[in-house]
Amino acid sequence: MPILLLADHDNATLSDLTAKALTAASKIGGDVHVLVAGKGAKAAADAAAKLSGVSKVLLAEGDDLANNLAEPLAALIVSLAGTYDTIISAATSVGKNVLPRVAGLLDVAQISEIIEVVSADTFKRPIYAGNAIQTVQVAGAKRIITVRTSSFAPAASQGPLAAVEKISTAALSSSLSAFVKDELSTSDRPELTSAKIIISGGRALGSAEKFEEVILPVADKLGAAVGASRAAVDAGYAPNDWQVGQTGKVVAPELYIACGISGAIQHLAGMKDSKVIVAINKDEEAPIFQVADYGLVAGLFEALPELEKGLR
Amino acid sequence: MKILVPVKRVVDYNVKIRVKPDGSGVDLTNVKMSMNPFDEISVEEALRLKEAGKADEVVVVSIGPPKAEETLRTALAMGADRAILVETEDQVEPLAVAKILRGIADAEKPGLIIVGKQAIDDDSNQTGQMLAALLGWVQATFASKIEIGDGKATVTREVDGGLQTIDIKMPAVVTTDLRLNEPRYASLPNIMKAKKKPLDKKSPADFGIDTAARLKVLKTEEPRGREAGIKVKSVAELIDKLKNEAGVL
Repeated sequence: MPILLLADHDNATLSDLTAKALTAASKIGGDVHVLVAGKGAKAAADAAAKLSGVSKVLLAEGDDLANNLAEPLAALIVSLAGTYDTIISAATSVGKNVLPRVAGLLDVAQISEIIEVVSADTFKRPIYAGNAIQTVQVAGAKRIITVRTSSFAPAASQGPLAAVEKISTAALSSSLSAFVKDELSTSDRPELTSAKIIISGGRALGSAEKFEEVILPVADKLGAAVGASRAAVDAGYAPNDWQVGQTGKVVAPELYIACGISGAIQHLAGMKDSKVIVAINKDEEAPIFQVADYGLVAGLFEALPELEKGLR
Repeated sequence: MKILVPVKRVVDYNVKIRVKPDGSGVDLTNVKMSMNPFDEISVEEALRLKEAGKADEVVVVSIGPPKAEETLRTALAMGADRAILVETEDQVEPLAVAKILRGIADAEKPGLIIVGKQAIDDDSNQTGQMLAALLGWVQATFASKIEIGDGKATVTREVDGGLQTIDIKMPAVVTTDLRLNEPRYASLPNIMKAKKKPLDKKSPADFGIDTAARLKVLKTEEPRGREAGIKVKSVAELIDKLKNEAGVL
């Protein structure tokens, strides 16, 4: 039976995390159908149709689906579930919100945040903030899976064009919840989860002003995304959507620069799969140095401006 | 309105866990256990709603071994009114937890269930959403702000890229994110008082729930280790290494 992949998109553009989840779906095997649910989402559906490995795109549009509210989206997926044995999504805030609801409605266990497809019914996933890796096998006919996208390369966007089929969204209407507003941070910097370079700041920065003053210029010079430790977020130095860690975003860029971050377990869980890790910290005993490829024991307020000047 | 708050006993978030060498799981002997941090936030939020006059009773529930009573006593010491312990020695998967909680919700009829967004042991992030599905209730996950109105609530959610605000009809399931509040510490007098607060004991069978695992854990292993690299002496040396050795600049 084919696999249903829930696309992550903002109607206008398809998130590249969907291309990564597609790689995981393709490894499970079978035709992959991508579900694009939204409103005015033709552009996102067309982008999904170009991804290699997609055999069909289902486009479901309606007012209820415009804002990714869990109830109508889960109802839509459940209405399609009969012909699919695997329902899969990137572990984004949309996937994490809606797939367990689908699993509850279908009475199926969910496997969260897989990092490897061992075989069609066996997967690896991290537990305890990535300090242990479980191999789990699914019993039963249906699988519901979210994918930790930092562990999979994106599928190419040059496949033969898949057909886009419009599907009916009648009888979804849910009056249980209503969208009020989105307050999304607007930034010219790359997204954390897809950036090649990330520079992150910790509590050692001391204030939101200092965070901006020393981290952002280096980020701009490098074309890097900006991250933060939970401690820095808790202290109000950085917004929550910058948080990297067990309870924030999990990232695996080419280069991760941790500035004034001690290296708590919960932070390491979010970045230790980065290709190259740099740690800058004035405490030479900080645990972050145990995972860093390059460590610099130095004060941030001297080292970061110097780094910014040195990058040409 | 009554608020129901499930709490889970997990390995303390400061503990560096050890994987058993035979791959059979994580070694939990003599490890410090605590309330799941997100559940502490849930308890705190429920108490604040009660203190603000939006709720009249806070009931905490835990599903786990007899020692989970300690976790419930902690919640009672924080200020919850009474507790329910569903005793089982099994590892209960989120779906079965949600089914037991549905049974409790059917009996208790809460107006709001506040669930931690994920437990820091299995990192599943499923139970609240599954519970909402089973009850046919609305869900508002990853909440950083909850405002209770008349028969409805306005919840601000932490989503990728920022915040989303939604209006929900009650009854509802809300799952908590980190920035919702800062949980209180229980005072000594309250810890003493908590020992006398009512605690009901139940079993999964009381709710007709089979807790048999749907997922088979084949093995548990250490993650691929990462070795410490080198220390550089200066920013100039760092830039040189990144350009010429690592090739990432």
